[in-house]
Amino acid sequence: MTDNRFFNRSELIGILVLAVFLVVVLPLTLDVFRLNLVAKYLTYAFVALGLVICWGYGGILSLGQGVFFGLGGYCMAMFLKLEASSVENTKIQSTPGIPDFMDWNQITALPFFWKPFNSLTFTIAAIILVPGIFALIIGTAMFKRRVGGTYFAIITQAVAAILTILIVGQQGYTGGINGMTDLRTLKGWDIRPDHAKIVLYFFEVGCLFVCIMIAQFVRHSKLGRILVAMREKEDRVRFSGYSVANFKIFAFCIAAVFAAIGGAMFALNVGFMSPSFVGIVPSIEMVIYTAVGGRLSILGAIYGTLLVNFAKTSLSETFPELWLFGLGGLFIAVVLAFPNGLAGIWGDYVQPRIDRLIASRKSKPDGWTDSSVADGAPAE
Amino acid sequence: MLIGHQPKEFLLAVEALTVSFDGFKAVNDLSFYVDENEIRVIIGPNGAGKTTVLDLICGKTKATSGSIQFRGKELTRMRENEIVKTGVGRKFQNPSIYDDLTVFENLEISYPRGRSVFGALTFTRDAAVRDRVHEVAEMIFLKDRLHMNADLLSHGQKQWLEIGMLLIQDPDLLMLDEPVAGMSVSERAKTAELLNRIIKNRSVLVIEHDMKFVEDIAHKVTVLHQGQILSEGTMEKVKNDPKVVEVYLGH
Repeated sequence: MTDNRFFNRSELIGILVLAVFLVVVLPLTLDVFRLNLVAKYLTYAFVALGLVICWGYGGILSLGQGVFFGLGGYCMAMFLKLEASSVENTKIQSTPGIPDFMDWNQITALPFFWKPFNSLTFTIAAIILVPGIFALIIGTAMFKRRVGGTYFAIITQAVAAILTILIVGQQGYTGGINGMTDLRTLKGWDIRPDHAKIVLYFFEVGCLFVCIMIAQFVRHSKLGRILVAMREKEDRVRFSGYSVANFKIFAFCIAAVFAAIGGAMFALNVGFMSPSFVGIVPSIEMVIYTAVGGRLSILGAIYGTLLVNFAKTSLSETFPELWLFGLGGLFIAVVLAFPNGLAGIWGDYVQPRIDRLIASRKSKPDGWTDSSVADGAPAE
Repeated sequence: MLIGHQPKEFLLAVEALTVSFDGFKAVNDLSFYVDENEIRVIIGPNGAGKTTVLDLICGKTKATSGSIQFRGKELTRMRENEIVKTGVGRKFQNPSIYDDLTVFENLEISYPRGRSVFGALTFTRDAAVRDRVHEVAEMIFLKDRLHMNADLLSHGQKQWLEIGMLLIQDPDLLMLDEPVAGMSVSERAKTAELLNRIIKNRSVLVIEHDMKFVEDIAHKVTVLHQGQILSEGTMEKVKNDPKVVEVYLGH
């Protein structure tokens, strides 16, 4: 068997197929506008990927991933906003050199917590560390006290609501309900024209694959198996000598960091960030993407995200009022009929047929060989 | 060595242990001592507090008062996973295994290495782990089921798997809660044989109702009744204690 620390053979094929789809097929078939839409969808795929580890494997349902998506997005947006607010760009303001929304809110100097975001290195570190540490604090507070399940989900929702209210309320510091708009350049490189969008798309896909690899590594490590064990029998894991809380905190933090990278990609690719991607509704939508794709499948979650978002864009253009009902219905249908989502349908119905087809074709010329059934067959 | 009278070193010393659930004392001022390499069986009628005693020792339930010393370390203030690390292993009454994992993975998780988050991430399935897993799987009669999902095992096999998970953990004190309950006659015989093999070189605390089984393995028997010790001593002594006959063995 070709098992290594990242993937087995069928997973490798799956990853290659996804790579070809994202790197070759989509850029060749879509115009820049649609490709940029895919880039936007893929930012949610980072969140879905984190939820596979946290919710699918660890059994920790977080309904507040928008918080981390938002924190990552706002960190990136703050850097871009500062660069866009140079003294020449803002000379018509009463205080030039600060972001426009601060000027409108009678703020006359850059707040202290904005200053470090002049540095790109600091910003990149902040995108990872701010949500990571925030998740560490929430996780430690909750899991060390053995708060779990529904209670944890409700608390994450509350955090999402609080952060939204905070961002909207502190207009002068955050841009309020409008968010941070008019982001222009990254270290002098204009992020708005078409060619920049294409470069950013490929950069994002690259980051996504790095995250997929990290997720695969976690899943294939003993830690991945401990998460599965914990999901079923938390107590038993304790009596096997593991600190359940620490493993939950880790899963929650890794999901938070993935979501934050997604958020930062959103700010770069879409060119703004607003509280409408932070609150309860977007957080639940992100869970739906994961559920539709299959919460136990790293690749499934990515396809699920793309599919639901494509459907959302095309359906909400035609039936704007009905779309939300459709989304809710989809979630209920998936949970009731296909608890493992698209990946489950694939694994239960499609994959066995393909395997049989390959096996029958192989067995015809050179007879029954052991190697064609060695994979996956129970060693009995 | 110091000269003169030395208090004997017990492996486990339970003293004045009390736990109260909303005023109901499930275990009431209980004291008992377990020696190194001793096999102690706890018997008693339903609701006597037997399982609660094991829960208290392994940290699942927190004591209201009293102390539990294991090799001189106070267990009542430790978390469950820390208690495991000091060398206490526990088998639950209902087979408590990981259904979604294979037999191999169940055993591997119980292997005492890489128990921190970082350790688990960097854990490698090397020859030492594989050999130990195979060795234990052979002992628990599951050698040819290593790559089977654990939920496909029979009830008796699940019990064996959990015993195997404890075995690979290699605890100094092994606590077993009704290890032969719900087993067929042939499974029971095999389990007795298995237990007799694994209880060597460690202390064992067993809860069991099967009197024949108890007679076979016990060095000493403690009879619990209403959270307190009714009688303690060899099986012979306990069996002939009129109080024990009245509340437990008589019917």
